[in-house]
Amino acid sequence: MDNLLERLPDGLYCAAGGFYIDPWNPVERAVITHAHADHLRPGTKRYLSTRAGETLLRARVGTEAQIEAVGYGEPTHMGGVNVSLHPAGHILGSAQIRMEYRGEIWVVSGDYKLAPDPTCVPFEPVRCHTFVTESTFGLPIFRWPETEETRAEINAWWRANQNAGKASVLFAYPLGKAQRVLASIDSTIGPIYTHGAVEQFNRLYREAGHMLPATHYARSAPPKTDWARALILAPPMAKTSPWLKRFGDFSTGLASGWMRIRGTRRRQSIDRGFVISDHADWPGLLAAIRSSSAERVWVTHGYRAQLAHWLEENGLDAHAIDAQYEGERGDAELSAGEAEP
Amino acid sequence: MKAFADLYAALDETTKTNEKIAAMSGYFRSAPPEDIAWAVHFLIGRRPKRLIATRDLVTWAIEEAKIPEWLFGESYQAVGDLAETIALLLPPARATSSRPLHEWVEERLLPMREWDDGARRESMIAAWREMSDRQRFAWNKLITGEFRVGVSQNLVVRALAEASGVDANVLAHRLMGEWQPTADFATQILAKTTEDADVSRPYPFCLAYPLEGTVEELGQVAEWQIEWKWDGIRSQLIRRQWRTFLWSRGEELITDRFPELAAAGALLPEGTVLDGEVLPWKDGAPLPFTQMQRRIGRKELGPKILAEVPVVLVAFDLLEQAGQDVREKPLEWRRAELERIVAATGPESHLIASPLVAEASWEELKRRREEARSRGVEGFMLKRRGSPYRVGRRRGDWWKWKINPYSVDAVLIYAQPGSGRRASLFTDYTFGVWDQGELVPFAKAYSGLTDDEIRQVDGFVRNNTLEKFGPVRRLKPELVFELAFEAIQRSSRHRSGIAVRFPRIARWRTDKKAQDADTIETVRALLPRE
Repeated sequence: MDNLLERLPDGLYCAAGGFYIDPWNPVERAVITHAHADHLRPGTKRYLSTRAGETLLRARVGTEAQIEAVGYGEPTHMGGVNVSLHPAGHILGSAQIRMEYRGEIWVVSGDYKLAPDPTCVPFEPVRCHTFVTESTFGLPIFRWPETEETRAEINAWWRANQNAGKASVLFAYPLGKAQRVLASIDSTIGPIYTHGAVEQFNRLYREAGHMLPATHYARSAPPKTDWARALILAPPMAKTSPWLKRFGDFSTGLASGWMRIRGTRRRQSIDRGFVISDHADWPGLLAAIRSSSAERVWVTHGYRAQLAHWLEENGLDAHAIDAQYEGERGDAELSAGEAEP
Repeated sequence: MKAFADLYAALDETTKTNEKIAAMSGYFRSAPPEDIAWAVHFLIGRRPKRLIATRDLVTWAIEEAKIPEWLFGESYQAVGDLAETIALLLPPARATSSRPLHEWVEERLLPMREWDDGARRESMIAAWREMSDRQRFAWNKLITGEFRVGVSQNLVVRALAEASGVDANVLAHRLMGEWQPTADFATQILAKTTEDADVSRPYPFCLAYPLEGTVEELGQVAEWQIEWKWDGIRSQLIRRQWRTFLWSRGEELITDRFPELAAAGALLPEGTVLDGEVLPWKDGAPLPFTQMQRRIGRKELGPKILAEVPVVLVAFDLLEQAGQDVREKPLEWRRAELERIVAATGPESHLIASPLVAEASWEELKRRREEARSRGVEGFMLKRRGSPYRVGRRRGDWWKWKINPYSVDAVLIYAQPGSGRRASLFTDYTFGVWDQGELVPFAKAYSGLTDDEIRQVDGFVRNNTLEKFGPVRRLKPELVFELAFEAIQRSSRHRSGIAVRFPRIARWRTDKKAQDADTIETVRALLPRE
């Protein structure tokens, strides 16, 4: 039979259902996996998203946009296709898109992770015939430490900086990663300040009912604030910004899966790298693919040729698909797109 | 091994000099002397001969990690460092080794030389299984001999001084020359006494900074002793206890490679150390450095090459006289004694006192500097009168004032990823110049761009690849760069027929298009006349 999805110039398209998934240009109708800028472009006529992700979507595409929201697992019909959205464990409201048409099931997983995250519903394996997976960290060198271990490292770094009289500036993706760090950090160590790009998403997470520790917007802090006790959460693009000057003497950290490799950490000239990612590591990718029990896999953004080749060698019908998603960028400056207000 | 692996991680994690010194001195204070000796040995960049072929190491790592070979290759491409790639790919660590560093080195690393492949394999795999992630990484670094962690010998010396209270200059001297990393050695280097016995030991070299501002900022010309800056092998010629030693700045004992100078040493008075440049020299002038490379490349020095490319030591400083360290004496005093000693060896001795250049003003000196190229030198050395001979690279007393480099506008035609911290970026470039409508490769360059420019070029490479050959990308000829280099020679080994010395990127000529780049004729015009 024909493929249920095809890769068109504007994105992955489901002809039977008349919709795109995470198109990279404005289209008539789009089903959205999550609200990161490389998966969600403004200008589309009608969006479908999870209820949990609706507020984030609206913050990105504007109040005028037409957004239809469904609960996780709730079936909906588009053309002749049964569509439902299932937790992807990536960020708040993130989803895998399940499509069923004439007995054939496809799942587009968007970005996903299997590691625990208190700020979103955990990844749920969905059985299918064809699984569309990301491959941001699709090499066996990427293996995440236990979340608890990284959490302890961040806490220890913050405490050590306090003892040395230095502020702790931690760079993290402002949507998702920053809230995940916030929710798991030991907030009794000291006050937590934020960059505006982080604070706006904190507000949305709190509105969605997530308990995050108290944060203060750094720009409104009174003069002579004692930064040396504080943790400051900022987007990676703030690394080169004069905004940092106010903190005086500080140590910098970056929370990213890329910190697993020394070269990427050293090139950023930051003091500490913390290995924590909202994407699946190599064992995670393989586990997710296995649990989908798919016989065919489409591999998008990341080390797609490598992962597809490995899957083929292991008996699956795998194809590398050229999609314009970015995953998690290796260079702090390049992830500026994630920091737009 | 735990403390050492932690030290490695601590050094690797910071770019700040003070933190590096603190991490090392902390280690030197707490580690046993037999571990300190090895740690110093590795930190200052000495390494055992490669004991395992890379091929074998990779094969064993692949077996242990249970991945196909191509996937190892892809992983290595992404990481850019063999020791790290292996550490990242091995199955998750379940143990931590509490054996000390010297045991690992002496019982597991060095004996590999005697073992067959089966025993080596078994020992390596057992080591990985005994170690934590950090230990594996440090261990792999020792095995692959790529133990670079961004500390200079100078920093190690400062940390040792901090930990022991011994003067840094004394420590620097004790670390020179040949020594064995034993507990005795560690105890000796950290000892407060200053009786140092090794007859072959050279002094730390005094190094010059390039002049940044104008010469006028240095004050009066009369305050400076001026010499030509020779492009040779910086060396110390040592005569002690009727034996001769020639040390290069890379701390290699090179006496055997230069029989002329081994003989010259015998003409020196007992207890003499000269500092200078070894140069290929004929008829009162230096030969091009490529001639020296011809000679260095040979294992056997036959009479033919010795006659074709004879060498001299152009001596410019005296560090020891009659067995006394005279480095603290003023420059003029050392110079006068040097001249006397060299003159006493006679005209055939292969020893020359570096000639002084005397001019009354900076203006006249600048005119003289124009002679540099025809004399085969790189410019001037300026040394402050009255100054002592210092340890290492210090600002203020010695300046190198080089002539402006050659420059050529060339087109970026190939790129490949760098290694180490640049592994995921395209940073190694090949540049071409025009030859009858075609771009011929003319030089490779790795440095000179800012991080920001590197990222821009990286983006260009990814979007403008015409062909791939392994890691190498052939690019759309579009970007033009000004390349600077120090010297230019004819070469039959290069497709362009030209070899340049120390090429680097001077600037990105965003104002130029590919067709505006230089031609091979323009480049050839820079060649010295035959």
